[in-house]
Amino acid sequence: MTFTPTDLEVEGAAGGGTGGDPSPAPPPAQRRRLVRAFLRDRVAVACGVYILLVIVMALAAPLLVKLSGYGPLEFDQSAVDPNLGGLPIGWGGGIGAEHWFGVEPGNGRDIFARIVYGARVSMTIALSATVLTSVLGVVFGLVAGYFGGRVDMLISRVMEFLMAFPALIFMIAVLSALPAENRQLLLVVVISFFGWPYLARIVRGQTMSLKEREFVESARASGASSAQIIFKEILPNLASTIIVMTTLAVPGYVGTEAGLSFLGVGVVPPTPSWGQMIASSVPWYAVDPAYFLIPGSFLFLLVLSFTVLGDRVKKIAESGEGRA
Amino acid sequence: MSRFLLNRLLGMVVVLFLVCLFTFVVFFVLSPDPAVQICGKNCTPEAIDQIRENLGLDQPFLTQFWTFISGLFVGRTYGTGPNAIDCAAPCLGYSFQTSQPVADMIMQRLPVSATIAIGAAVLWLLAGIAGGLISAVREGRFADRFITGLTLTGMSIPNYVLALALQFLLVVTLGWLPFPQAVPFGDDPVQWFMNFLMPWIVLAIGAAAVYTRLTRANVIESLQENYVRTARAKGLSPGLVWRRHALRPALTPIVTIFGMDFANLLGGALITETVFGLNGIGKLAADSITKNDQPVIMGVTLLAAFLVVVGAMVVDLLYTAIDPRVRVGSAK
Amino acid sequence: MSTTSDTGGPLLRVRGLTVGFPTAAGSVEVVKSLDFELARGGALGIVGESGSGKSMTSLAIMGLLPKGARRTGSIEFDGTELTALRERAMRAVRGDRIAMIFQDPLSSLNPYYTVGTQIAEAYRSHRKGVTRRQARAVAIEAMERVHIHDAARRVDHYPHQFSGGMRQRVMIAMMLSMEPELLIADEPTTALDVTVQAQILDLLAEIRADTGAGLILITHDLAVVSEVTDHIVVMREGELVEQGPVERIFTDPREAYTRMLLDAVPRIDDEIGLLKTTASAEEDR
Repeated sequence: MTFTPTDLEVEGAAGGGTGGDPSPAPPPAQRRRLVRAFLRDRVAVACGVYILLVIVMALAAPLLVKLSGYGPLEFDQSAVDPNLGGLPIGWGGGIGAEHWFGVEPGNGRDIFARIVYGARVSMTIALSATVLTSVLGVVFGLVAGYFGGRVDMLISRVMEFLMAFPALIFMIAVLSALPAENRQLLLVVVISFFGWPYLARIVRGQTMSLKEREFVESARASGASSAQIIFKEILPNLASTIIVMTTLAVPGYVGTEAGLSFLGVGVVPPTPSWGQMIASSVPWYAVDPAYFLIPGSFLFLLVLSFTVLGDRVKKIAESGEGRA
Repeated sequence: MSRFLLNRLLGMVVVLFLVCLFTFVVFFVLSPDPAVQICGKNCTPEAIDQIRENLGLDQPFLTQFWTFISGLFVGRTYGTGPNAIDCAAPCLGYSFQTSQPVADMIMQRLPVSATIAIGAAVLWLLAGIAGGLISAVREGRFADRFITGLTLTGMSIPNYVLALALQFLLVVTLGWLPFPQAVPFGDDPVQWFMNFLMPWIVLAIGAAAVYTRLTRANVIESLQENYVRTARAKGLSPGLVWRRHALRPALTPIVTIFGMDFANLLGGALITETVFGLNGIGKLAADSITKNDQPVIMGVTLLAAFLVVVGAMVVDLLYTAIDPRVRVGSAK
Repeated sequence: MSTTSDTGGPLLRVRGLTVGFPTAAGSVEVVKSLDFELARGGALGIVGESGSGKSMTSLAIMGLLPKGARRTGSIEFDGTELTALRERAMRAVRGDRIAMIFQDPLSSLNPYYTVGTQIAEAYRSHRKGVTRRQARAVAIEAMERVHIHDAARRVDHYPHQFSGGMRQRVMIAMMLSMEPELLIADEPTTALDVTVQAQILDLLAEIRADTGAGLILITHDLAVVSEVTDHIVVMREGELVEQGPVERIFTDPREAYTRMLLDAVPRIDDEIGLLKTTASAEEDR
């Protein structure tokens, strides 16, 4: 499965850089240099622009839909041909001035409107899941790494258990058993529940090595409390790791949400989501390819952009650490 | 060594037990009443009670759980008197929808899932390791950058999008491949191969991308090892230096990940099987989920967990066989 | 010695050796126009702090410089110009006629193979037609020569099963099995415990006496050099500071930098005396 969080684990292991000994946080001047290096990378900028575009699309969805003239739930029977089993009238699934991306076969809902509203769902769920996973991962990783002993034992066992779990199948089972209300919230919770150990494991390892370093020792010697040491000394030094890991995690969550919706346990219809749009296009793919190509391309490009961006951020962070 | 094995076995049992408990709780607490569901229309309260009693749904939670667990090992009997049905171990219960034993349903589907998993695994291992090697040898050059770009694309394309795109292109537009159906190998090997080719490609692409990156990183890293310099200082030929001193250390960790990924896949490629309509375990899971067929969902979840846990253990054992440091120093 | 020399000249003559790395800001030279000689059967110490270019010098002689490095100047070994050799010919020299041991014996040995395999593979790749069994016998013999007890059994052990000192002995055995004419040891004792250091140095001196091979010992530690070598080259930031016989350098250093290095190792004689007494007990399990 392309989008299970396991892949992230593989990436983390392969890169090695994120798992290594972190160096103290870079000074602002160096950070500016990193930003400049990033802006010079044309591919990375293109990916950033696409992501921004999707975010703007999501935020401005009601406005955009007013411009295009059709809402995401509006049926337009005049755009489909009942004699052809409800196929959209016109080229490319009915693409034209009336319906910018064409319409759904059968009921004639406007695909542009559904894409725009679907972006809302995808982004909200992926970003919320990322935030929640990061918070859980950082907190548990820090606590396990810093305090060690029995706390560490317990947290490590839970992490092992969750990582040994067949996460995708279980997510599906749980979501199918749960009531359909608040599905978006449930998705975030379930994805995060299985996602946090991958970050926590790395944070734990780095915390363990950081807490032996001189600057932590000296803070402890000067009477700083555990909370002060964790938040003022250790956390800032984990920043680049956390940024890299979370950027790499976002595409996984975008894919997971779409996958779950594709399997019919994600966002509940008629709320549009890209994965669910692709799922409903399956019976039509042979006669109306635009129906799956449009949401498919939007989804693919979003995952690709986040993946490339994560890859670049990781490289820059590594080379930045190397120079420091 | 035996102590290590025992520890692993114990850990495995604990994880599987927790998976059972977890799944059971979720369904017990969250799910709508299966008796109502089985009874269907034209149902009387008496009939529902009867079904509840037969399935043991009237029992308290712990009793139900215990019956389920013991059913796995010694089998169980549904109902009483002349209507009683014996379910032999490992008893996973009966499907609410088809009334077939869940264990049988899974066993019927396993060959299809295995075929898909094995074919995909061969494909992604070959592609991943070859791609990674080329990338590592040509580090920084065009071939490396090209392959890196491909891997990013491969990692990003959701497999159902790829499945639909391939189907549209290869089946509908070009007509090169038939629509996938699970044809037995013995009937027509060529047909069989053509049928499974698309699911294999779809499943392999994401993993191949990840393995390419992993192989590349490992080979580049191992080429910088001091023992590679020693091997050169001994005057070994480049071929020997590569084979013995760069590749072996670089590829050994891949065994670990491969074992886990393969086990994962064996437990059902939900999306790919659904898209291509292949009757494997993944399709079974997807179908039973839409129909809320709890015993089947439970059975498939358990199987998947079992495979993952066994996979992890096999990998550990394999590792002790191929990495001498682990083999001798197992006491660590 | 396996080959007869064509001239009565030195075993190794380095002239104007320069090693540079091209960077965005032009070439950075880590070894600058270095000249030195090693007499047949002689022992030379190359001394300098880290970054002085001493390790790069040894890698340049071996033809094992990292990718991108540029080597100019002349390296004449037993009358042969090494810089003119093609890679295949250089490979025949490497290991067989010039052998090298490195600083960290653990990372320099491949963890996936037994030490016997690693000794034998070098031997077999240089002596065509040698059977596995013969190569194994050579490996055991080489291990015995470096005083590894129970060599017939330990030949099948993996590097991690040896202690640091024993690993370095394995490295020496690996290089010794080919009976090289020149042995380059790059910081061979730095990663080891003090007591073990003296044992390895004794072993190097012993091998030199037995085989008559030339020795280049690279180190940052003048005390180490004084024990084993007869000639010293002092390097700093890629350049030659001064060179001469050991006694002269120790008693009459001409450069301030050499004096500074000497000051860093006070009471050399005391310390070595101390080491020799503690070194008698072999430390291995």
